[in-house]
Amino acid sequence: MRYLPLTDAEREEMRKVIGVSEVKELFSCIPSGKCHFPLGQLPAALSEPELVAAFKELAGKNAFSGRLSFLGAGAYDHFIPEVVSYLSGKGEFLTPYTPYQPEVSQGSLQAIFEYQTMMAMLTGLDVANASLYDGATAAAEAVLLAVRRSGRSRVLLASTLHPEYAAVIRTYVQNLPIELRTVAVEEESGRVDGGDLRSRLDDSVAAFVFQSPNFLGVVEDGGSIAAAVHERKAYAVQVVAEAMSLAYLASPGECGVDMAVGEAQSFGLSLGFGGPYLGFMAVREEFMRQIPGRLVGQTRDLDGKRGYVLTLSTREQHIKREKATSNICSNEAWCALRAGMYLAVMGKAGLARAARACHLNAAYFVRSAAGMKNIRVVYARNFYNEVLIEVKKGSAAGLAAALKKKGILAGVPLSWFEAGRKDRLLLAFSEVHDRAAIDRLLAAIGEAS
Amino acid sequence: MNTLPKLIFELSREGKVGCGLNEADVPAEPAIDAALLRGTPADLPQVSEVEIVRHYMALAKLNYSVDAGFYPLGSCTMKYNPKINEKLAAADDLQAHPYAPHDLVQGNLEIMARLEEWLVKLTGLAGFTLAPAAGAHGEFTGMLIVRKHLQEKGDARKVVLIPDSAHGTNPASAHFAGYEVKEIPSNSRGIIGLEDLRAHLTPDVAALMMTNPNTLGIFESDIAAIAEALHANGSLLYMDGANLNALLGVVRPGDLGVDVMHLNLHKTFATPHGGGGPGSGPVGVAARLLPHLPVPRIRKKGDTFEVVYDDPRSIGRVKNFYGQFLVMVRALAYLMALGRENVMRVAEDAVLNANYIRKRLEGKLDLPYKAPTLHEVVFSDDGLPVKTLDIAKRLLDFGFHPFTIYFPLIVHGAMMIEPTESESKETLDEFVAVMEVILGEARENPDLLRQAPTRTPVRRLDETLAARKPVLRWRKGGDT
Amino acid sequence: MAQENLLFSKDHEWVRSEGGTVVVGVTDYAQHELGDVVYVDLPAAGKELRKGDPAANIESVKAVSDVYAPVSGKITEVNPKLNATPELVNQDPFGEGWIFKMSVTQASELSELMDLRKYEEYLKGIAGE
Repeated sequence: MRYLPLTDAEREEMRKVIGVSEVKELFSCIPSGKCHFPLGQLPAALSEPELVAAFKELAGKNAFSGRLSFLGAGAYDHFIPEVVSYLSGKGEFLTPYTPYQPEVSQGSLQAIFEYQTMMAMLTGLDVANASLYDGATAAAEAVLLAVRRSGRSRVLLASTLHPEYAAVIRTYVQNLPIELRTVAVEEESGRVDGGDLRSRLDDSVAAFVFQSPNFLGVVEDGGSIAAAVHERKAYAVQVVAEAMSLAYLASPGECGVDMAVGEAQSFGLSLGFGGPYLGFMAVREEFMRQIPGRLVGQTRDLDGKRGYVLTLSTREQHIKREKATSNICSNEAWCALRAGMYLAVMGKAGLARAARACHLNAAYFVRSAAGMKNIRVVYARNFYNEVLIEVKKGSAAGLAAALKKKGILAGVPLSWFEAGRKDRLLLAFSEVHDRAAIDRLLAAIGEAS
Repeated sequence: MNTLPKLIFELSREGKVGCGLNEADVPAEPAIDAALLRGTPADLPQVSEVEIVRHYMALAKLNYSVDAGFYPLGSCTMKYNPKINEKLAAADDLQAHPYAPHDLVQGNLEIMARLEEWLVKLTGLAGFTLAPAAGAHGEFTGMLIVRKHLQEKGDARKVVLIPDSAHGTNPASAHFAGYEVKEIPSNSRGIIGLEDLRAHLTPDVAALMMTNPNTLGIFESDIAAIAEALHANGSLLYMDGANLNALLGVVRPGDLGVDVMHLNLHKTFATPHGGGGPGSGPVGVAARLLPHLPVPRIRKKGDTFEVVYDDPRSIGRVKNFYGQFLVMVRALAYLMALGRENVMRVAEDAVLNANYIRKRLEGKLDLPYKAPTLHEVVFSDDGLPVKTLDIAKRLLDFGFHPFTIYFPLIVHGAMMIEPTESESKETLDEFVAVMEVILGEARENPDLLRQAPTRTPVRRLDETLAARKPVLRWRKGGDT
Repeated sequence: MAQENLLFSKDHEWVRSEGGTVVVGVTDYAQHELGDVVYVDLPAAGKELRKGDPAANIESVKAVSDVYAPVSGKITEVNPKLNATPELVNQDPFGEGWIFKMSVTQASELSELMDLRKYEEYLKGIAGE
């Protein structure tokens, strides 16, 4: 078999050296009474052509290709320059182990150092780690960090967090002495209700976790939020589900936020049916020694050459074990490396332009939808790339189904999520859309009434 | 000349362009308050596509990888990553948005269902969640399942027992699940014996987390009796599946009494390690724990695959969306290529290779535990004139990645070697030959080892400086 | 620094009495075991501790170690130099590398500590293991 280099002759030779006549003898330490392995139940081996055919058949059962998609809600379709796929696919980047032997891992280490730098630049904060699993678990880690550092046990969550993020945070804290409370949304503006926030902030609160742009697509006034939260000496944690927004909107650092966490799938990662994605975390310097996850740091070698190493490892599980800042070991390193490549390729001007295009496209839709009879744009201003529409007749799921028949995946109905309104649909716009595509969407919505 | 690549920021020049995208073709009319916008763009690099390719090619040259050579890292199972899997995982028709309607992604849902089916058959457990993103995430998920199960029975317990040979993620994960960790010392045979467990088994023990084979490469032969004792005590048995490579096709953890376990797709199932991730850590459970698996779950109804999102008895959601789907694709492709004919061969060759190395190095290095070992073996630095670290660094000079060092903690100067089934006899012989040379150098000229490596792109790096004065990003005009 | 005047704990802390307060650090043995110290996590002034409670935390590149309160009391002062120069713990563990000062609420607990001779015997015992 092509993945198994040993020949039968070699196996025999090796058995002789070891001193056994059958390889079975090497397994004699396993109680034979337990070794009923029903191999017959497993499928037969496939040759490479058979494997290709099998997956072609499986992929053929999907039917989403060729449809115009405006799906978002935490995963975004952006154009990935070919160079990113080409470079990241090289065996030297795809197949190394974790860089625990830095002398032979400078490629990975430097690439991640560059990625950390770019994320710090985009978030406007001091330190970014080398990745977490995804935006949702990154948000959960931020909650744990805030509690750990402040010594306070209550955390406020904005009701406009991505529902899956809120769900993961709840899962993470379920057995820990941490209390979660929700801060309401102001229906009119789609933003965090400042009054409710202030009324809930007290000395027992470790942090307020809010998302901007939020799950309804609305951009929050991060500066006011941070100021209110700091008055009570709590931490302001901003969740960013669409990392592209960092290149257009005021950065979390500029707003005075303490930690920014979220999802960087938009930076060069395929939609891939949900994973692997890329959780990011960036914090102010004061949190440096408690931030979870790996960190790459710069140093010098014996000859004085600049080099990179994993550092501040004593926070991590392999040293601190149950006292670690997190249990994370394997992270999304390759995804982070790929994101760094994407950001390098897009560059200062390219990323800003693409980020702006996302908003301009959304804004074009909103303006053009102004007169429509069967839908209403709920928040017609201060959105970034996602637009929440209210379906006036029938349900959002019904409208989505009608457009699906026309080859358009119009958006994510909020009814997909717990307690989501049945008449609301979330549409995401990206630089991959052009005017013609948006016009087609508008026409299809118009016809669907 | 051995100069290292500049940082991408140091290559940046005003006006260079790497991006080939168009401007938006809609009118440039934003609908957002100016105060909410960035003042200036982030100072990302400005580099041409050509220079970007050169930059990353230069970085690639500095990296060792399993495509290039042997990684004898214990408990990491650095096996070959089949290239066809990369092509299959990149197929356009798989790259659906995770919120695409289910009827449009039946192929993807079937891929997940088929992988679950394989894992059930390989482990003898009743069902799996594919959601966890890595082994540690799986451990955490597993511990939450244990806790939920006991809570429902009205028997919430506070303690989890963990052997002193366990990987650090085990106690960390148990801790985050709200448990108090009590360490059990491995006995003189290197395992946890039934009596060792009994000594620690109190009514407050929720579970024992056990790696099998353990990190010494030794099969925990008392495991079935331990499972019985745990169950009689109302406790559960969690198995860390990192070392499953030794058991594939030979014995099923479910048959040993395991209640919950995680697998590492990026170890046993040949998905690429990517320099540290992404991994994937599916968690399997015995039948009575099925209701507690996290959501979402894939279910077949007639000819259609459905997704279940709500279950009040579930521990909840542990991750956004479905999990590391493209990693699952690679794992499934690997299994389909192996088939029933080769699954056991993997374990046999892995164990043969490890025992071959053990036999060849046994006389030259101290072997603290004499019990039979399976897919990995651990030597100590006892009697050596140099430190384990120095041997490891000298291996780099000979073009080999070192074995795992200083783990497990119970062996002094541990050298943990796991060759996997991917290595040819030639490679193993070469490795042994190099080890013999290095051990000879250790006796004749130990300073050579202490100065190693000298043939790598950089020499030993000052980790103290990195930790005392952390520089975690580049800054313009900063000291680089 | 004259070690004869110091008392020692089994966790390799040294203690120097100064009236109603004690100065606490870790011994040469401890700093050697730890390796290069990269960071010292200091307690807040005013923190109340019982004998044996973890008071501070020393991080080296490869390990992390708790420093325990050798007696019960309240933290009065911490060594401000350790933030910028944690290596003082390695270079001068009994002098400039002192970690914290605390008031003593139960003077009798001091008698539970070892004097220099007993500590040196204790170290010999560890080496023999």
